[in-house]
Amino acid sequence: MTPHNAFLEIRNLTAFYGDFQALFGIDLTMDEGDTMAVIGANGAGKSTMLRTLTGLLPSKGQNIRFAGAAIAGQPAHLIHKAGIAMVPEGRRLFPSLTVEENLSIGASGKRKGPWSLAAIYELFPDLHDRRHHGGTALSGGQQQMVAIGRALMSNPRLLLCDEISLGLSPKVIKDIYTAVPLIRARGTSMLVIEQDIAQAMAVATRVICLQEGRVSLSGRPEDLSRAEITRAYFGFEADEPDTNEPAREML
Amino acid sequence: MEWVNVLIQGVLLGGLYALFAAGLSLMFGVMRFVNIAHGDFIVLAAYLMLSFVTFMGWHPALGIVAVVLVMGVIGYLGQRILLNRVLGKDILPPILVTFGLSIILQNGMMEVFSADSRRVSSGALDVASISLPGDLAIGAMPLLMFVVALGVLAGLHVLFFHTALGRLLRATSDDAEMVPLMGGNKAHVFALATMIASGVVAVAGIMLAMKTNFDPSAGPSRLLFAFEAVIIGGLGSLWGTLAGGVVLGVAQVVGAQIDAGFQILAGHLVFLLILVVRPQGLFARMKG
Repeated sequence: MTPHNAFLEIRNLTAFYGDFQALFGIDLTMDEGDTMAVIGANGAGKSTMLRTLTGLLPSKGQNIRFAGAAIAGQPAHLIHKAGIAMVPEGRRLFPSLTVEENLSIGASGKRKGPWSLAAIYELFPDLHDRRHHGGTALSGGQQQMVAIGRALMSNPRLLLCDEISLGLSPKVIKDIYTAVPLIRARGTSMLVIEQDIAQAMAVATRVICLQEGRVSLSGRPEDLSRAEITRAYFGFEADEPDTNEPAREML
Repeated sequence: MEWVNVLIQGVLLGGLYALFAAGLSLMFGVMRFVNIAHGDFIVLAAYLMLSFVTFMGWHPALGIVAVVLVMGVIGYLGQRILLNRVLGKDILPPILVTFGLSIILQNGMMEVFSADSRRVSSGALDVASISLPGDLAIGAMPLLMFVVALGVLAGLHVLFFHTALGRLLRATSDDAEMVPLMGGNKAHVFALATMIASGVVAVAGIMLAMKTNFDPSAGPSRLLFAFEAVIIGGLGSLWGTLAGGVVLGVAQVVGAQIDAGFQILAGHLVFLLILVVRPQGLFARMKG
């Protein structure tokens, strides 16, 4: 079904919080260069999937292959070394470090690649002027830029973004999402979790929708209709006309 | 002039207390973990110094290097093999384990070195003093200890604020769960923090050995002084630790001046007073 040289391949992924099962057999394949959007309502299992992927949540006996190697069950720092970096939900900057220190600490893996302090400041010029400020003395949008820059500093092959628009104003979200094509242009693949479906669909080359821990829809944004997405997202039919319009028209 | 002299002695004693406190503060700062055996590790370092210099006849300089190295290795391995396994959301297991370590260390040292009170002689330095105008004299040994304490704290400052390892340790202190996502191996980072703390403990133990008599049960009261200095100074603040040590040292020496039996109690009273008036400490950096 899937070629063995897939960039990221997840087979039958399950996850538990104690006795509570959060994921029920997720399958996902991603090619290098893809920007994959993972959408779904609160509690659908999106963040859990990322936590499992990064090794923060133990995933014994799972089948996750990244760039030809099995990474399931590996500790998080080795998965990071393999080339997966994450922009966590809520940004999680280090408050006692300056902006530049927050960025630099992301580079501790020493992977070679296009990202450096200069490249990050080129991507987010606002950060250059504030590089000696404390990481948390910035606006929410700037903090999100630091969080993205910090993850990029490790020169990841795959960048995971968990709800980067959460709590930001529409204008700031637009600014942040302007960076996504620029990041992709430098050869970094992305997997973006988003509740803002419009934003996600605008940048994604592939989209999957999760619903109660299962994949409810998967495909290319231009092939998916609004009705399909609504059904996959909420689990029921939308009571609206023109439901066969392509999803891009939602924007 | 007598009171000026008392003040100076107190400040110099504070340097030693700051060293007692620095290792404890560092481990708490990075790992949110209180090492109940901290004082016993200080005494262990003192006994190592005694063994190397007095029993084996090594040159003191070699002895100092050896004690720091041995304590550093013990710290790294102890954290990696034992303490990392009990660190988690529950704060009780590490407290119980280090409480157990404290008992093991005290009894082990009693077994090996007996309950006799010991001291490492520093030769002519023991009695040398520097005369100051106004009939004041500062002992060479207390002054040297204070200078060493300043040097160790300055070294820690450089390490924490001007090196990549220091950056990683500060980040760990902020949010340890995020460190693996930066490519840091948390077990290794924690062990490095304990290794550095143990190096500071080694210096503190060497000074204890040269300044005063010690025996296998001397640890808990050193732990108490360390706690008091950390809390007076404020959690997580390196230079606050020095201030805390100095406040404690001055309180004790002033207390002793009033009445010889009042020394330790005076320190505790000032500690309690600060806990009431300013519970976050004089230079708090950390909250909660």
